[in-house]
Amino acid sequence: MTALLVIDNVSKRFGGLAAVQKLSFTIEEHEILGLIGPNGAGKSTLFNLLNGVFAPDTGRIVFRGVDITGELPYRVARAGLARTHQIVQPLGGMSVRENCTVGACFGRDNLPLARARAAAEEAAVFVGLADRLEAPASQLTIAGKKRLELARALAAQPTLLLLDEVLAGLNSTEVERMIEVIRRIRQRGITILMIEHLMQAIMSLSDRIVVLNSGQKLAEGPPTAVANDPAVIEAYLGDPELAAEIRGAI
Amino acid sequence: MTALLELEAIDAGYGEVQVLWGISLAVRRGELTTIVGANGAGKTTTLRALVGAIATRRGRVLFDGEDVTKLPAHAKVARGIVLVPEGRQLFAAMSVEENLEMGAFSRRAQRSFDTRLKEVFELFPRLKDRRRQKAGTFSGGEQQMLAIGRGLMSDPEILIIDELSLGLAPVVVHQLFNTLKKLKAGGLTILLVEQNVHLAFALSDHAYVIAEGRLFTEGRPSELAAKPEIRQAYLGL
Repeated sequence: MTALLVIDNVSKRFGGLAAVQKLSFTIEEHEILGLIGPNGAGKSTLFNLLNGVFAPDTGRIVFRGVDITGELPYRVARAGLARTHQIVQPLGGMSVRENCTVGACFGRDNLPLARARAAAEEAAVFVGLADRLEAPASQLTIAGKKRLELARALAAQPTLLLLDEVLAGLNSTEVERMIEVIRRIRQRGITILMIEHLMQAIMSLSDRIVVLNSGQKLAEGPPTAVANDPAVIEAYLGDPELAAEIRGAI
Repeated sequence: MTALLELEAIDAGYGEVQVLWGISLAVRRGELTTIVGANGAGKTTTLRALVGAIATRRGRVLFDGEDVTKLPAHAKVARGIVLVPEGRQLFAAMSVEENLEMGAFSRRAQRSFDTRLKEVFELFPRLKDRRRQKAGTFSGGEQQMLAIGRGLMSDPEILIIDELSLGLAPVVVHQLFNTLKKLKAGGLTILLVEQNVHLAFALSDHAYVIAEGRLFTEGRPSELAAKPEIRQAYLGL
């Protein structure tokens, strides 16, 4: 396996807050890498750094051998990196097909309109929106909107797909369906980096997990190893020593 | 002991997104009950649904055996269901005294204003020393004391605290847990959401673990602490 994306010593501050600090890890081709960590750990900030919404203060981001550090989002999309947003961002007045066509037009292959429409339809059908192609995006349920986020990103024909909490807010049936869609995306040869708070889902989907805490990498490895790592357990469950101390004192 | 407060199969959420899926729990009179769970599990949403800050979609809230599900938040405060919200939510430009007065707006609380104020100042002498100081100038720990003080001014039957220790120094956490212990010894019923599981278990009589908007497990902390389910609730494996 070769590294598809290299994150090398990347930092980003917002005023006094070090959102991401000296972060380094790589994503291998065809893997599903899960990114977890408590709220405020820097997960979504990292996505914004990867797709060019923010430029990092330090460090380098190398995608398919090309340095894309500080590159503008539309150029990153052209390079083959697509993403979804945690808070769904459909173009509400446009249909499902039109939303996906936008994704295809501004994606990796710079498709002409007719071919973009075909790619859009294919992506929408792939995620299970075949019967909603002409529906305005605003009329979809939350599960439908999440699928549309995914379809629009897929229509861009990405090499690497960043998924930001695509399972959040779905009921258990919808979660299972979405997990199936994610598995099928990987089978198509697309590499996936995903943020997810539904732990059972991300632990079962991911080949490897990276844990962020306070902007830093706390752990990295296979799901089972990460879930048994004392530092990870402490980050999630709290410091046991503080409790022992207080229990002794009161 | 009987339950002072019960949630029966509560569904709740925001807009199109459902967060809670059939949450049931009971808080027994005079006990300290905690809710723990990872970020995004639905702890704060549970409290919001319970105090009436958001509407429930299904299920019931029972207080002292009576259905209070549809009572608006202010009416619940008047009944003694009092929330100390996450992040304190003090009136930053108002003094300590004024913030405490804001806690006592209900008729019920006004009746006991003087006794309550004395109690709060005994519990937190620092608040008395600085009673004319603006709340916004306080440290995190002092703000948490004031937020609890304001809650106590509402003359609670049950004091509900969302994130006691979050962002506070260990010595302050220490002090606040001591305060809770005193309040409990005085007969107050407390429901606490706490991010540090070990802390929550150290002090509580009963604990509920929620994950992904559902009740994951519950029990006496001494029994729960040994269970692998706790780690599963947080880490999925």
